[in-house]
Amino acid sequence: MSMDAVAAEGLSRDFVVRHRAGRVRRVRHVARAVDALTFRIAPGESVGYIGANGAGKSTTIKMLTGILAPSSGSVLTLGLVPLRQRRDLARRIGVVFGQRSQLWWDLPLAESFRILSVIHRLAPPAAAQRVAELVERLELGSFLATPVRQLSLGQRMRGEVAAALIHRPALLVLDEPTVGLDVLSKERLRLFLREEMAQHGRTLLLTTHDVDDVQRLCERILVIDHGRLAYDGTLPGLVDRVGAQRVLVVDLAGPADALHGIPGTTLIDADPAGMRQRLALHPEQTSAAAVLAAISARATVRDLAIEEPDIEDVVRRLYAASRRR
Amino acid sequence: MFAAGFHRYSGYRAATAAGAFTNTVFGVLKASVYLGAISSAGGAIAGYDAQTSVTYAWLTQALIAPINVFARTELAQRVRTGDIAIDLARPADLQLSWLASDLGRAAYVILPRGLPPLLAGWLITGLSLPSQPLPYLLGSISVVLAVAVSAATQFLVSLTAFWLIEVRGLITLYTAFSGLLCGHLVPVAWFPDWLRLIAALTPFPSMLQVPIDVLLGRLQGPDALGALGVQMLWLGTMLVAGRLVLFRGTSRLVVQGG
Amino acid sequence: MPIWQAYRALIGSRARAQASYRTSFIFDVAGSTALGLVEFGEVYVIFHNVPVLGGLDLNAAVLVFALANLAFSIADIACGQLDEIPTHLRAGTLDAVLLRPLPALAQLAAGDVSMRRLGRGAFALVILVVALSRADIEWTPARSALLAVTPPAGAAIFAALFVAAGAAQFWLIDAQEVTSAFTYGSGYAGSFSAAVLPLPVRVLFTFVIPATFTAYLPTIALLGLPGPVALPAWLGWCAPVAAVLIWAAALLGWRAGLRRYTGAGG
Repeated sequence: MSMDAVAAEGLSRDFVVRHRAGRVRRVRHVARAVDALTFRIAPGESVGYIGANGAGKSTTIKMLTGILAPSSGSVLTLGLVPLRQRRDLARRIGVVFGQRSQLWWDLPLAESFRILSVIHRLAPPAAAQRVAELVERLELGSFLATPVRQLSLGQRMRGEVAAALIHRPALLVLDEPTVGLDVLSKERLRLFLREEMAQHGRTLLLTTHDVDDVQRLCERILVIDHGRLAYDGTLPGLVDRVGAQRVLVVDLAGPADALHGIPGTTLIDADPAGMRQRLALHPEQTSAAAVLAAISARATVRDLAIEEPDIEDVVRRLYAASRRR
Repeated sequence: MFAAGFHRYSGYRAATAAGAFTNTVFGVLKASVYLGAISSAGGAIAGYDAQTSVTYAWLTQALIAPINVFARTELAQRVRTGDIAIDLARPADLQLSWLASDLGRAAYVILPRGLPPLLAGWLITGLSLPSQPLPYLLGSISVVLAVAVSAATQFLVSLTAFWLIEVRGLITLYTAFSGLLCGHLVPVAWFPDWLRLIAALTPFPSMLQVPIDVLLGRLQGPDALGALGVQMLWLGTMLVAGRLVLFRGTSRLVVQGG
Repeated sequence: MPIWQAYRALIGSRARAQASYRTSFIFDVAGSTALGLVEFGEVYVIFHNVPVLGGLDLNAAVLVFALANLAFSIADIACGQLDEIPTHLRAGTLDAVLLRPLPALAQLAAGDVSMRRLGRGAFALVILVVALSRADIEWTPARSALLAVTPPAGAAIFAALFVAAGAAQFWLIDAQEVTSAFTYGSGYAGSFSAAVLPLPVRVLFTFVIPATFTAYLPTIALLGLPGPVALPAWLGWCAPVAAVLIWAAALLGWRAGLRRYTGAGG
């Protein structure tokens, strides 16, 4: 298929912000939430869309899905103009907003599925089969009859994902779907999404703060910072670019010298007594196990932890790096 | 914090202005209907002439917000959820503090909601209000009593939440009948005798009809004092009944565990 | 057509959910019946004192009241919650509506269908029947058609007012009561003889907000009575026209409101 799933060209969105300056005067200035985004997503790609809070992710998603108009530039989603062809687009995409529900709050989950099947004009036998399939794979059976407002966050998210997939959309847009979920639930959801995208060639656009989400699900990342596209590529590429690595934090049993020169690591800092030290790992040169062994040869490790590079950190570094250039 | 408070206040201000606007619109409509009725009747009905009727309409619209039928359903909600137990554990008397807070609410809204319709009435149809100070003095007392009677009665009705699962329907019934019997829709004096009797057996006329009649000067001197007396009687009755029901209700709560 | 099935599914779910709380549903219906009864009480009390109001006798006045209330109830059940759009705006639930392949307006109306207001409509229907049976009408096919058309046209007019009120919420947000003045005010204004209204008000509630088309004008047309100044009785046959015009205006307003929400339109 030659048509892109998403084609954004100079996409921008301004917001007028009014606030008080002094007691009476009101100052009005225009904030650019999204600034000339240009990118394409091909069908079948799984793209992660990351950025700090307020960077413009939700605004972009809203423009892609037709609930917000661009101030300038254009975007085509599945070849359609989202704002003008909202309903046609709604038939072909599935959207999940992590913070807001698409389901009917006081109705049982099964009822939401039924209504959506009717709304999407699915023939009853095919719809029932599809719902059953999703229920099974997302393990929704135990709470199908529960009103949505009584579901736990994890249950509701699974329900929302199922609801977004009932009509087999070509594009699935997920806005922070794993927020607030425990580790196990996150992993199960990611597994399901991987299978679903791979099996049916759907396109996935995922916004998230969780690096693991991106690692497990996306081959490509778009980083947005202060409304601008700061990076478009792979995750390892990004990590490399900004030099953000995983950090090993070791608590030693007794005072020790600073752990310089452990192969494949760079010492970031050590507390004055040397009891807690932080080392950045270079994964292409070594593994955590090897590093641990090397440390244990020099000191007794009482406890350890690994800090993942968090999105804000990566993005901040990225922005700092791009500004330095 | 100031900005947040101000913003909240301006939101409330907008809502109050909107409410006053609604009252004004209804004031025009009601005044028209009453005028039509008076002219059909040849000049007066039950002692209300054209100007008095029109003023009645405007006063109704001006006073309905402070006197208010059921803006506050929180009490019923708290009874239903059992949170009322927390309120009862507080040192302040529940009924009296409820009354006091409602009087405060009324004091807060009376000018912003009351003045615009009266002003509109004065401009559009003219108002027929007494020129001596006494009716205004007695009238003010009567309004305060009216608010109190209304609050006390709402308190009593809210307490039915101890026994009923869903109070909303009952509250609608209350709104409907109180609306008619307090004189909001038509002056009580215009009622057929049987309906006037029924109204007299309820506290509702004391909530609106009485203060308006005093302010209009229709009730003068001893009659006015008598009407105020009736208001106080109803206030007392509703307060006592409220305390009794509260006692029964909380006993039930304690026994049942909420 | 599948789209009607979608609405049926939406409305059906809501209705079932509401009716499941049986006792409170009954209380609600009783409450709304009481509201209708009490408003009728106003008419009754007035006519206890006078034989005629605004050129109408008791039965004619009851006819106007019943037709207006019936129309208003139907509109209220279908679209009455549209002025709660600010709640949706604050909760962000409007986006969910926009992400579905159905018109937003229809979803919002269907999603809030409120069966408990049936009581008022049922009461209005009952007294309509009674008033008709006692009315002195020379029935012709044309007049029968007028009677049949009036409640739906009236309901359409009030429904359009609710839609316009809903559209206004995109601008008003905190002052939603302003539209109540017009929706409920029109409901009231339509329920009695327009002859008692001062001329400017009469014109407002006829040619700007077509409240008098919902009951008063059709009634005087049916009864063969003359209309007051500026409102000739033949206007009573034009209620459907008024409905179409007010709907056109309301839909334009709705579209403008949605465009304001999505930020399209500068």
